[in-house]
Amino acid sequence: MPVKAIRENYAFEPKDVEKNFHGNRIVYVGWDHHLMFCAPVAFPLPPDMPFGALVEQVIPGAFGMHPDFPQIQWNAVQWRLDGEPFTPDMQKSLDANGVRHKSVVRMFTPGLNGIGGSGS
Amino acid sequence: MAAKRMSLRDKYNRMTRDLAWDFSYQDPKKIFEQADFEGIKIEDWDKWEDPFRLTMDAYWKYQGEKERKLYAIIDAFAQNNGQLNITDARYVNAIKLFLTGVSPLEYMAHRGFAMIGRQLPGVGPQVACQMQSLDELRHVQTQIHTISHYNKYFNGFQDFRHMHDRVWYLSVPKSFFDDAASAGPFEFITAISFSFEYVLTNLLFMPFMSGAAYNGDMATVTFGFSAQSDEARHMTLGLEVVKFMLEQHPDNLPIVQRWIDKWFWRGYRLLTLVGMMMDYMLPKRVMSWKEAWEMYFEQNGGALFNDLARYGIRMPKYWEQTVAEKGLISHAAWGTFYNYCHAAPFHTWIPEKDELDWLSEKYPDTFDKFFRPRYEHWAEQEKQGKRFYNPSLPMLCTTCQIPMVFPEASDPTLTSYRSSVHNGERYHFCSDGCKDIFDHEPEKYVQSWLPVHQIFQGNCGGATVPDVLDWYHLRDGIDNREYLASPDRANWERWKAGEEEAAELPKAAAG
Repeated sequence: MPVKAIRENYAFEPKDVEKNFHGNRIVYVGWDHHLMFCAPVAFPLPPDMPFGALVEQVIPGAFGMHPDFPQIQWNAVQWRLDGEPFTPDMQKSLDANGVRHKSVVRMFTPGLNGIGGSGS
Repeated sequence: MAAKRMSLRDKYNRMTRDLAWDFSYQDPKKIFEQADFEGIKIEDWDKWEDPFRLTMDAYWKYQGEKERKLYAIIDAFAQNNGQLNITDARYVNAIKLFLTGVSPLEYMAHRGFAMIGRQLPGVGPQVACQMQSLDELRHVQTQIHTISHYNKYFNGFQDFRHMHDRVWYLSVPKSFFDDAASAGPFEFITAISFSFEYVLTNLLFMPFMSGAAYNGDMATVTFGFSAQSDEARHMTLGLEVVKFMLEQHPDNLPIVQRWIDKWFWRGYRLLTLVGMMMDYMLPKRVMSWKEAWEMYFEQNGGALFNDLARYGIRMPKYWEQTVAEKGLISHAAWGTFYNYCHAAPFHTWIPEKDELDWLSEKYPDTFDKFFRPRYEHWAEQEKQGKRFYNPSLPMLCTTCQIPMVFPEASDPTLTSYRSSVHNGERYHFCSDGCKDIFDHEPEKYVQSWLPVHQIFQGNCGGATVPDVLDWYHLRDGIDNREYLASPDRANWERWKAGEEEAAELPKAAAG
């Protein structure tokens, strides 16, 4: 439903369209049951970055200080992309994996339930 | 012959209703060009019953008396080094939160009521809005004057107005009020006067003012008292406006209900900051957020909406969600500032043992299970010299602009994710309430100035944390970070140890 406004044609380009991010796109990454990181985190990433680089170079910098992190068995991680289960191809780019601007990548690490099992 | 004194009733009529006039050569639609576009239908403005019957001359007299009392007490507070009588320097961080987050909203309320006082066609509400506009200006002034005393001794107060427009968490209160002020006059008054001031204000003022009293902050208590009679008038105006709209035309009901739904949810999300303050920032606690929500919303608010049922108004949408998550949100919020206080102009800390016990007792279903282990881990890390700061920037809700920190009430170990796609662009929300608000008016919220995205777009001083802190005017290592390592704490310990006379104290660390 359109907004009620005092001017006609109340429409603007969204503030966060992909072209405003200098060649990057925003990718959000959340780690289920590890809310010591209070919210999913946001990264500006090149769309041609391999998914494997996200896992090896970006995610450790964000979550590596968690005591569960060294115990992650990466081949057992269950991924979700924008809410749907998916299996990333580590060699292929984010774009080829279907990771769009402002997509949410969630990882569930079986057997790891946060500090003291609290989901932290 | 001496002029006969006017009766109160005559005086009221002469000095409010008689101030209006009929327009003979201009089209009223051009004069009040914002009166119709929201769809609210008013048949007869003369049916407006002024709930206060306050005239402008009496208004000036009352306000002047209140000012004299307030400034006498503030002077005494300063002369007696009242800042040394607070319970603990950690408390001052609650005042920093108030000055950066709330006081600028008082100024926005001043502007907002001036604008709608010009736009509402009835003289009764015009005068009421004029008075409220002046009240709000007085509130922001008295708050700045009162809190300026703390600025002499503690860090983080010095650039509150600049920060309000820039610092990430302050986009939460700022965008709340900008949303209201960029709406039409009827939505604005429903948002601010009814949904916020009438339904929720007890949850803003009571915790801050009682918290101040419990913690020896007589300065804040005093401006709170000085504002209290104004607040009572504002609440009455909010209720009167809503009843008036509902009585004037049946078509107004669905519009007003939608505004109540929207602004209840927006106000409630904003109060997350207050919940955090109550549960974590008061060394001497008044009551828990959960208890306050039960008393002021579930009981009092429930009674209010029962009264409004005869107009067809029901409880605000998603109120059940607020009850389901009342044991979660204050802890999620403090954890957020613990993650990110390197980028905020106040300090955070791990509650002490007796404080953790208090939280366990007040939140028997949630605290030990989901939150206490997190704090104990962080405390241990801090002891090892590895104080945890989140190195990445958080994902934000497009509507309330709070980081996506709210857990699912059904499983508090999971983040609550909601999203919408509008014109091919994806948008994210913390809750069904925030998603609904976006879905109804996406054209408005696609323009949200989301601090994290603005940093990535290069609009906030640079790409590194020091660049952004400079742009915030935030002094790293002085205004921000862990309380235990702060100059505020070092100064406080020194003052309380009596090493120096209070009168000779230097100002807190210079920038």
